[in-house]
Amino acid sequence: MIRIANGQGFWGDSLEAPLEQIRRGPIDYLTLDYLAEITMSILQKQRTRDPRAGYARDFVEMVARGARDILDRKIKVVANAGGVNPRACRDAVAKALDTRGVKLAVVAGDDILHRLDEFIRGGFPLKSLDTGEPLSNILPAVQSANVYFGAAPIAEALDKGAQFVITGRCTDTGLVLGPMIHEFKWALDDWNKLAAGTIAGHTVECGAQCTGGNCQVDWESIPDLAGIGYPIIEASADGSFVVTKHAGTGGRITVASIKEQLLYELGDPRGYITPDCVADFTSIRLEQDGPNRVRFSGIEGKPATDSYKVSISYSAGFKAIGMLAYSWPDAYQKAQAADRVLRQRLDRLGLSFDAIRSEFVGANACHGPLAGEPSSEIAEVVLRVGVRGPDKAAIERFTKELAPLALNGPPTVTGLGSGRPKVEEIVAYWPALIPKTCVAPQVSIQES
Amino acid sequence: MPLIQLRKIAHARSGDKGDTANVGLIALKPEYYPILADQVTAARVKKHFEGICFGAVERFELPNLGALNFLLHESLDGGGTLSLKADAQGKTYSAALLRMEIEVDSL
Repeated sequence: MIRIANGQGFWGDSLEAPLEQIRRGPIDYLTLDYLAEITMSILQKQRTRDPRAGYARDFVEMVARGARDILDRKIKVVANAGGVNPRACRDAVAKALDTRGVKLAVVAGDDILHRLDEFIRGGFPLKSLDTGEPLSNILPAVQSANVYFGAAPIAEALDKGAQFVITGRCTDTGLVLGPMIHEFKWALDDWNKLAAGTIAGHTVECGAQCTGGNCQVDWESIPDLAGIGYPIIEASADGSFVVTKHAGTGGRITVASIKEQLLYELGDPRGYITPDCVADFTSIRLEQDGPNRVRFSGIEGKPATDSYKVSISYSAGFKAIGMLAYSWPDAYQKAQAADRVLRQRLDRLGLSFDAIRSEFVGANACHGPLAGEPSSEIAEVVLRVGVRGPDKAAIERFTKELAPLALNGPPTVTGLGSGRPKVEEIVAYWPALIPKTCVAPQVSIQES
Repeated sequence: MPLIQLRKIAHARSGDKGDTANVGLIALKPEYYPILADQVTAARVKKHFEGICFGAVERFELPNLGALNFLLHESLDGGGTLSLKADAQGKTYSAALLRMEIEVDSL
């Protein structure tokens, strides 16, 4: 049995969680997921400004703080912290370790930004999986383009003796499946086992969202959310596994908390596609195996497809969102009136946007018409207005029309102390497919 | 038959993929799953999310988990970073579905 811990569900997750995973009990592997869909474009911009940047710096800080324990306990660390510059990330990690002879692997080859022209000319239009449009329609606006690799190159790096595996873009599930392939010598066409490791990865990829975070069942009684434990997989060679957490940590792992995470961001449950396999969520058997332990078995999978998914980010105009709060009495009516005034002023200024959206936080921003009419005695309502469009000047002008409403609109308003809203560039996401034959992961090992 | 809110017999979690929200609906007890499977159809969910979901609703069954998974297309104002919604990722749609009223004999 091996223990594979998750210490990070996204870039921005708890800085303490990975260190707790290392220190609060035994683990063999620490996996960390840093890359959301738009993270790559942020990192690409950082790298443009500084050729040594473009990776998740939080990861390097974590290594610096945890180095002694990681090395003493011989914990292997697998992270997609490399972003668009995994080699620079490796160099920074080597420095943070401040120890000779540690084997560090880099999985690269996912960055295809400089090859997009070549692929399009070669007959691969990289059509959007959402709209079917060819990438050529927006090519000049593209900011980053990365292939999602799976578990295979991670397993290869571990086979070569790496203690740290730093990848660029790779699937969250691959971070967990890779160590299983390496430890149990699973064949890359043993589809049921690969599916089991993939589902283990899906279960823990959002960190504490499977250990009681966000859990709806008896949420008030879930103990010590402040000290919530992050998940640990106890994996067996036959593909069965238990999801648990360190003793003494907060949260709660039940069949219910696990089911919620299994369904999170799920599409067709029989066709969960990764580069490694196609996993079937309708084959999963769950049972409570003692307190804070849920056992998985029976998982089945099908052969992998012949494509990699590509994550492309592109500049898609600008947006700004501003808020004003209105108090009792007639809070909702005042917020609605302010919205009408604002829109009339925007009209008179001749400003046009691709979209303008008004929401009433406290009344119905989350559930829309399902929330029903707010009570006439509602204590306060926040008017939240957003605009987006290609014309940055129009968006800028919008941000200057909200504040005046503090003095020249409906009464009992306060500005939430946030000043003028910020204009943000919209970096949108363009998912596409590319044949696996077009790109290959590159695994390289260096000693610190 | 008496009407009850789904929240009495189910829990849920929702998330996003682009402009599509997914809502997983899970029976609180195994014996409630057939009630969900029978009454919480794709057509009813589409009607329930009128004014929120502007595309098709797909339903998938996971009897092994006592759960249904719904895909609500065109529900997130473009989704991701394009969306101007406060809940751009549809995280609260799970609870929104639990507002639905269904018929039960007795619990």
